[in-house]
Amino acid sequence: MQNLQPNIPTPATTHGASARAWNWRRTFAPTGNTGDTVFRLALFGAAFFLMLVVLVMIGAMAVNSLPSLRQFGFGFLTSRVWSPISGDFGALPFIYGTIVSSLLALLISVPLSLGIAIFLVEQAPRGVARPVGFLVELLAAIPSVVYGLWGIFVLAPFLREWIEPFLARWFGWLPLFRGNVTGIGLFTGGIILAIMITPIITAVVRDVLAAVPVSQREAALALGATKWETTRVVLNNGAPGIAGAIILGLGRAIGETMAVTMVIGNRAQISASLFEPAYTIASVLANEFTEATGELYLSALIELGLILFLVTFTVNGAARLLVWSVAHRAGGGAVGRA
Amino acid sequence: MISSFHRLRSLCAIALLFISALTFACSGQRGGEGEGTGGAVRLQGAGATFPNPLYQKWLSEYGKLNSNVRIDYQSVGSGAGIRQIQEQTVDFGASDAPVKDDDLAKARGGQLLHIPTVLGAVVLTYNLKDVQQPLRFSPDVIADIFLGKIKTWDDARIKADNPGVNLPAAPITVVHRTDGSGTTAVFTDYLSKVSPEWGEKIKSGVSVNWPTGVGAKGNEGVSGQVSQTPNTIGYVELAYAVQTKMPVALIKNKSGNFVAPSLEAVTAAAAESIAATPEDMRVSVTDAAGANAYPIASYTYVLVYKDQKDAAKGKALVDFLWWGIHDGQSFTKDPQYPYAALPAEIVSRAERQLNSITSGGRSVRGAQ
Repeated sequence: MQNLQPNIPTPATTHGASARAWNWRRTFAPTGNTGDTVFRLALFGAAFFLMLVVLVMIGAMAVNSLPSLRQFGFGFLTSRVWSPISGDFGALPFIYGTIVSSLLALLISVPLSLGIAIFLVEQAPRGVARPVGFLVELLAAIPSVVYGLWGIFVLAPFLREWIEPFLARWFGWLPLFRGNVTGIGLFTGGIILAIMITPIITAVVRDVLAAVPVSQREAALALGATKWETTRVVLNNGAPGIAGAIILGLGRAIGETMAVTMVIGNRAQISASLFEPAYTIASVLANEFTEATGELYLSALIELGLILFLVTFTVNGAARLLVWSVAHRAGGGAVGRA
Repeated sequence: MISSFHRLRSLCAIALLFISALTFACSGQRGGEGEGTGGAVRLQGAGATFPNPLYQKWLSEYGKLNSNVRIDYQSVGSGAGIRQIQEQTVDFGASDAPVKDDDLAKARGGQLLHIPTVLGAVVLTYNLKDVQQPLRFSPDVIADIFLGKIKTWDDARIKADNPGVNLPAAPITVVHRTDGSGTTAVFTDYLSKVSPEWGEKIKSGVSVNWPTGVGAKGNEGVSGQVSQTPNTIGYVELAYAVQTKMPVALIKNKSGNFVAPSLEAVTAAAAESIAATPEDMRVSVTDAAGANAYPIASYTYVLVYKDQKDAAKGKALVDFLWWGIHDGQSFTKDPQYPYAALPAEIVSRAERQLNSITSGGRSVRGAQ
């Protein structure tokens, strides 16, 4: 299908990096127009303020986590013990819980979101697409604590009664689906996250697909492509935007606190089974920060915050790299750049 | 030019707005300083969430009697309360557990006093569909359930305490608090006393490294998890269990009686422990002797500095606490505030503590 792609440079690629590069002189040189200068400086100030906030946050966290950094060093990342009483702190179970629950959420959410978005843009009649689209936006606006309550009172019992016994029975030969079925654990945490990020990913992907020019579809259809093949052309065009949507969802999944805390079981352990309780970085911060006494305990928690920051940075960076490589492979069809 | 001038003006307006917002935000920090005009005194407190409903009631009732005093209490948690009184950012702190020695040493304003206000208790609650009568537990059985050594409900040792009860052959799922909490501190303090293994391996504290089970946030999280999941057992505050009408277990006390959690049984536990209560009031009343004492109970404290910098604020604070340990106790009779009242002997000891508070070398209470 690659040959269906027109190899015409789009506006997004002609505006290369060099043309957009930031130039000291252009920012501060007098232009002869006072208003413009003030405007420019105000904008620069706003952007600088954001950077300052990020730097101050990292700085404050780094300084406050010094006692723990000194005490545990690199071992903090690899230790599995979290015992405030004996003063032993390790981050590995939390890092594991954060990453696995987020990945599980993506695994479920991405195909679902893509399906909904493609349906809304490519297939659904107007009368269906609009109310469904509205519902998707509504779901994205529900506070996470509501998802959490729903998780405890509806989702967890449902998974415990129906889904988990089924998985344990037919897929119990996998270590993933062994153990005590309680409806509370990593599995439920991943599913609630998937439900929470699906509306976000769907909404963004829908906008990305809607932005793909109609001429692309018409060209594909004119060449005798089926509906499925046409959709693939559209998806190819929107790939960077879709990847951006997934990053957005992943970002929310990693940082999500309340809903996950209420269903994941909050146990600092690494278990092969998805049915076992786990713990995420955001949850442990929310749970233990208010009652943490003692310098080392507090600084270990703050170091966890720093790690969450770094995990988010790394994941975002990696995802952006992915977007970039996909965008280049797709021949610069850059609709809705991330 | 006119339009550019216009633009400049609106930009300046935006910039001004920005700056004034920032200044406003900064000046907002000064709220905690206190003294208003006309002799009105403002006091700030922060700490334990457990007594918060009662403290809020106290504040509103006391405010009606004394219009010249305004007291605010923020229920930010015992740990945060201890930190804030150490740093002197509040006039009084509140904690469910006595402050440890090294934390006392970090208090910047000198010696900190513990004023007990009321008592609370921790109860065991469970979800067993076919069990009607309240379950009974021996201390060693509770410890072994929470250690993960007793794994099923039909274990012989649970059966021994509950003859004739139809216990299912299902695995026990333990639900514990996952947020740092005074409730956990009291419960683990009790387990450490009754089980040498617990005392050695797990110890006691506001958050511990639980050997088994799932964690939930807050009393509402634990009770939600327990009520939603069959075959679970968890611990919550007595006040919470009373309000939500959950099934609660009877626990065997030191005298060998199975005691149901009740406010009287909690006050009895405190009264039985008076001989062991030191003058600074830092005491654990778990596993108390006495035929009717409920074994998992504890005081909740207000923390104040012995030396008050500001005489007017110090007097207002001491007067309020004096009112709290006397008139304030009557609110515990209201079923809306299920806390146990202080035994008479403890009230008079708390009086001695309050009388010892000074400002500028002179007793605050004597200076009326």
